[in-house]
Amino acid sequence: MSAITRDEVAHLARLSRLALTDDELDHYATQLDAIIESVAKVAEVAAEDVPPSSHALPLTNVFRADEVRQSLTPEQALSGAPAVEDDRFRVPRILGEEA
Amino acid sequence: MTTTKMSYDEALDRFEPVLGLETHVELGTASKMFCGCRTTFGAPPNTQVCPICLAFPGSLPVANAKAIESTIQIGLALNCSIAEWCRFARKNYFYPDMPKNYQISQYDEPLCFDGYIDVEVDGETVRIEIERVHLEEDTGKSTHVGGATGRIHGADYSIVDYNRAGIPLVEIVTKPIPGTDRLAPEVARAYVTELREIMRSLGVSDVRMEEGSLRCDVNVSLMPRGSSEWGTRTETKNVNSLRSVERAVRSEIERQGAVLADGGRIVQETRHFHEDTGTTTSGRSKEEAQDYRYFPEPDLVPIAPDPAWVAELKAALPELPSLKRKRLQAEWGLSDLDMQAMHNADAIDLVEATVAAGAPAADARKWWMGELARRANETGTALAELPITPAHIARVTELVASGALNDKLAREVLEGVLNGEGTPDEVVDKRGLKIVNDEGELSAIIDDVLAANADAAEKVRSGKIAAVGALVGGVMKASRGKADAARARVLILEKLGVSE
Repeated sequence: MSAITRDEVAHLARLSRLALTDDELDHYATQLDAIIESVAKVAEVAAEDVPPSSHALPLTNVFRADEVRQSLTPEQALSGAPAVEDDRFRVPRILGEEA
Repeated sequence: MTTTKMSYDEALDRFEPVLGLETHVELGTASKMFCGCRTTFGAPPNTQVCPICLAFPGSLPVANAKAIESTIQIGLALNCSIAEWCRFARKNYFYPDMPKNYQISQYDEPLCFDGYIDVEVDGETVRIEIERVHLEEDTGKSTHVGGATGRIHGADYSIVDYNRAGIPLVEIVTKPIPGTDRLAPEVARAYVTELREIMRSLGVSDVRMEEGSLRCDVNVSLMPRGSSEWGTRTETKNVNSLRSVERAVRSEIERQGAVLADGGRIVQETRHFHEDTGTTTSGRSKEEAQDYRYFPEPDLVPIAPDPAWVAELKAALPELPSLKRKRLQAEWGLSDLDMQAMHNADAIDLVEATVAAGAPAADARKWWMGELARRANETGTALAELPITPAHIARVTELVASGALNDKLAREVLEGVLNGEGTPDEVVDKRGLKIVNDEGELSAIIDDVLAANADAAEKVRSGKIAAVGALVGGVMKASRGKADAARARVLILEKLGVSE
């Protein structure tokens, strides 16, 4: 019984707007399955007294004061953009969604 | 494609609406949620961005303490419980309005939950239950280029400004609201109005719907009368004014009523409200929550508000707007109608501040609801945006009370202040508007007027006291409105040797 099905991988690829071929789907489904099974081994070790955690350190309430700091210039901000128009990032048209 | 509609009355005869409202409030912090970029509205594109809000590799977010505090204040004002411990979560989706390809939000651990507010509609109190209040970051702004409509469909490409990306955004979600019946549109509007006032009283946001710092998504479903099973809901976005909230609810009820009556099914989807037609059109089908693949945000540590701090914030909450309105109405002795008019004109806070600055309530109300409301109306500005302060109005009423100004001169003073000529005292000096109190000066003016109006003077002398009005008018004219009319009358009668 696999931890992730090929259909689920295809669904995730669609959500990420990745066009995967049938061969790639088979390939990634196998790889992801192995990854999930490996990670699942942690659950075998963790006993009832080990609660699920999302952070390595037991820290809470790390905040910054509401103070303004220097931003980038638009030239700096846009310097790595593949395409720019009117000081804005230009992106390909977005299909299947409405803003 | 035209949308078939059923009349509102018929829809309500056959179905019962269930409402749900999701409101987004941009907090008025100086800096963004997770970085130090400014949050100024309308700045040139991509001038308020940095490696953190642009999601450059290696950058790390740190939560803005003020935003956390504001969210807790909002939760408390909405009678919510405050989480003892909660986390941010990543909401993953593919869309260029967030450069990270995810939005930092909260999922199953909101900062505030289980609250309520009461709103008044048609003299009845309706309790709106609040499901949750959570904190997230706003998205960037996309402009779609090409195509005929400026919308995504048919667009050739989009251009994105990330100034707004990362501004702290509070989402307030109601529980489903059944039982509003025919008043559903009014209840929705009253709720959003009340929220807006609460935010204002807390000072946590400027809540300007036209600038998008308060945005509302309206959920509507219908169930057949007599049924207790809720129908499928739609979520209408792009509702950008209080009036639109009301219209969007009404329009969805009419549309869904027609679909259901025709044996059709309501599709769970996002719909878009169009201000010009007052109708909604279909947007995308809603993604399932699981498609967002939420997981705890690894870059931010959990929030565990100190209960003592929460208690402090609760004790320091300002008086809630609905209670304050009731108190002020009683203090000022106003009718429901007058109070409602002031409420609609957004004049209550201004009048209150003017009274606090020393003016009698009746005078404060007279100026704000009269002269100034007219001016605001003419210039298309909000009352509070006029370049005049409650302290100015209080000073003008003081000058009138002391006899230094009459009403006509006071209006001129206000005019001067509104034109940027300075404070009321400065305008009085510059324009020379003080009432002529100098008896010598007034006496000289009267002598001139009597000489120029010998006929009228003679009539008064012979006992036709009513004719004195014309003489007083002449004095007012000669002094360009600055004479004290009552005093002038007394002096004229004296000079003519007539007693009343």
